[in-house]
Amino acid sequence: MKSYLEPEYVVDRDDDRCTRCKACVDQCTYEAHYYNPEDGRVYSRDEKCVNCHRCVVFCPTQAITIRRNSSAYAANYNWTQEAIRDVKKQAETGGVVITGMGCDKPHYTYWDRLLLNASQVTNPSIDPLREPMELRTFLGAKPDRLELDVEDEDVVLKTELPPQVCVETPILFSAVSYGATSFNVHEALARAAAEYGTLFNTGEGGLDWRLYKHGDHIIVQVASGRFGVHPDYLNIGAAIEIKIGQGAKPGIGGHLPGEKVGPEISRTRMIPVGTDAFSPAPQHDIYSIEDLRQLIYALKEATDYTKPVSVKIAAVHNSAAIASGMVRAGADIIALDGVRGGTGAAPKVCRDNVGIPIELALASVDQRLRDEGIRNKVSIIAGGGIRSSADAVKAIALGADAVYIATAALVAMGCTVCQRCYTGKCPWGIATTDPEISKRLDPDVAAKRLMNLLQAWSWEIKEMMGGMGINAIESLRGNRLHLRGVGLTDTELRVLGVKMAGE
Amino acid sequence: MEEDRSLSPDRGGPTTHGEDTASKAYAACLQERVTVEGVVARLDAGGIYYRDLNTLLRALNNDGVKRIEVLNVYGQRYIGTGLEGNVEIEIHGTPGNDLGAFMRGPSLIVRGNAQDGCGNTMDEGRIVIHGHAGDIVGYSMRGGSIFIRDDVGYRVGIHMKEYQEKRPVIVVGGTAQDFLGEYMAGGVLVVLGLTLGDDVRHDARFVGTGMHGGKMYIRGEVEHLARDVDVVDLDEADRQVLLSLVGEFCDCFNLNIDEIVTQNFSKIIPISHRPYGNLYAL
Repeated sequence: MKSYLEPEYVVDRDDDRCTRCKACVDQCTYEAHYYNPEDGRVYSRDEKCVNCHRCVVFCPTQAITIRRNSSAYAANYNWTQEAIRDVKKQAETGGVVITGMGCDKPHYTYWDRLLLNASQVTNPSIDPLREPMELRTFLGAKPDRLELDVEDEDVVLKTELPPQVCVETPILFSAVSYGATSFNVHEALARAAAEYGTLFNTGEGGLDWRLYKHGDHIIVQVASGRFGVHPDYLNIGAAIEIKIGQGAKPGIGGHLPGEKVGPEISRTRMIPVGTDAFSPAPQHDIYSIEDLRQLIYALKEATDYTKPVSVKIAAVHNSAAIASGMVRAGADIIALDGVRGGTGAAPKVCRDNVGIPIELALASVDQRLRDEGIRNKVSIIAGGGIRSSADAVKAIALGADAVYIATAALVAMGCTVCQRCYTGKCPWGIATTDPEISKRLDPDVAAKRLMNLLQAWSWEIKEMMGGMGINAIESLRGNRLHLRGVGLTDTELRVLGVKMAGE
Repeated sequence: MEEDRSLSPDRGGPTTHGEDTASKAYAACLQERVTVEGVVARLDAGGIYYRDLNTLLRALNNDGVKRIEVLNVYGQRYIGTGLEGNVEIEIHGTPGNDLGAFMRGPSLIVRGNAQDGCGNTMDEGRIVIHGHAGDIVGYSMRGGSIFIRDDVGYRVGIHMKEYQEKRPVIVVGGTAQDFLGEYMAGGVLVVLGLTLGDDVRHDARFVGTGMHGGKMYIRGEVEHLARDVDVVDLDEADRQVLLSLVGEFCDCFNLNIDEIVTQNFSKIIPISHRPYGNLYAL
């Protein structure tokens, strides 16, 4: 069948600048560039280009520009280029349209409609460069009250605290599975988390034994496929996370394509080389809140009640009620993943249409738990659409204890959000397990870039906190008086629990 | 949701040390339940909260006890969960859900029925059930073996895995319910149908749905196979595996192997390692 699909991107090569060094040919894993020895020139196959910008960055003479194909179908508000392309693609394959990364549609980004406060006259702002500023955060259930005693003139805590895990900045690396990404990605994330004093989440593909030494800075995830879940794995982590759902594909399972299952992934996941790795849609031992409690306590039993257990859900319509149940089921941490959360592969129709924005879910969950008097029994980590330190600060003001970032972390390492993670050919060496392509990501350099990102965002958070006159991140948590909305309806303001700017 | 706080001084919420005389009395009562002679221990579990029962079992295991007899078990969960080593625990009564979950090494013998989640994500070891077992037996099991004398519930052997020599085994003496071997990625699942009488016909539907690895040997007729699997004849290697596993099963329950292995078996294997390979428009 002849394909009616046209190239999405066009590669422009400035032939005067091109030195025929063939860097673009070497760098492109999609074979969009090729060298013709007969005339000694480099050409492009536009239809193969995914606009990842690997060649643009690595061209020593800036000879390459990638642009969107300007040969567009007739302008139509409903029948967009994307809508027409997807229908044609499905007519040619009969398949589900797959994509990578988070929802790319323009709707529902409430961060951009929320503005932060600053001190003027009536209370002093704080200069974080010269005054102490506390970002340290403890994740885990907090007691209803504290009992103290005085022994030999020292104040002693009598209350036995549930297990806590300490992070030096309220920014955690969200779940990125081994298999969706390479070992080098995991190593860079784990090392950066360990060096900065935060946490890296393994995702659902297990953890390579070489990274067990960073266990104090790792959240080990237990998902429906139970890949790589065994006593050593559970015991090595600082916390355990039960993955119920993911913002990019709430309610559906995952298929890691067989192309990505090489020998190392096979060993870690315990499935044969080349087979698809299936994560069933539900965990078949959890059909209710009571069952969730059962798995939470199975994990606590297996680790002797030494570490917090997190439960991650996708933000959906009744998240608040579910979250209440999760707390009562014994979760120490609730991770909420919004509709814009990333993925290595998801049906596009689910990614872009299922779930709700993190801002609304977070606000309603925090409010519900406060109303029920159980907010202290759990820490909340918000993820799925955190693009900057400002988003992180707004999330904390809306009620989060900390935020999860994964897309931002991958972008720091080189990702350009081209959304082709599912091909396994990521030219940046990130969303691939191909041994050759994976080498492109140097874990030393990637870890450094991640450290820089954590440092930069942490400074920015301190600047914003200082401006508000707040010197400890816990004073900002759920402090919605420091938020104001713009361009929002009364209902939106009510759900977010914030006032209109000017009020 | 269960509300059995009365028995546990320290579940979920905050607690304070000392003072609590009720919890002290309870702790003393726990110690009285255990008798240890050499490397053999006996534990009366009647009325003990699961968390305390399992704490006792872990402590005995850490002390080097090799065999523990647990009496009067009334539904306590997580017995053997996360336990490592080679201790043998004989359970009299009805253990609760998640028996031997995440377990690595120990041997559990149940003189009674097991509930749901028996051998959940079990890594190594052996579970022998002298009775029935519930749903999702051996969910995501990674190694070791489970022998069940009678029938089992739904989704047994779901997502079992294997890697090289590490190959989990489940042998069910009776029959199973729907979605047997769902998403199975490795290991061996044997269903003998001994509780079905002469006409060995399994009612389970969607057997092997999503199966992409491992194998099942089923004695008698399976009426409703998933489209992801194929039925093939056993070869000599299969017969050797079956003989060995059924032999072990018969040893567990004192049965005569000759009456079982002569009967008709089918071998069920996945058609593809990638049953959903054509689902997507990439």
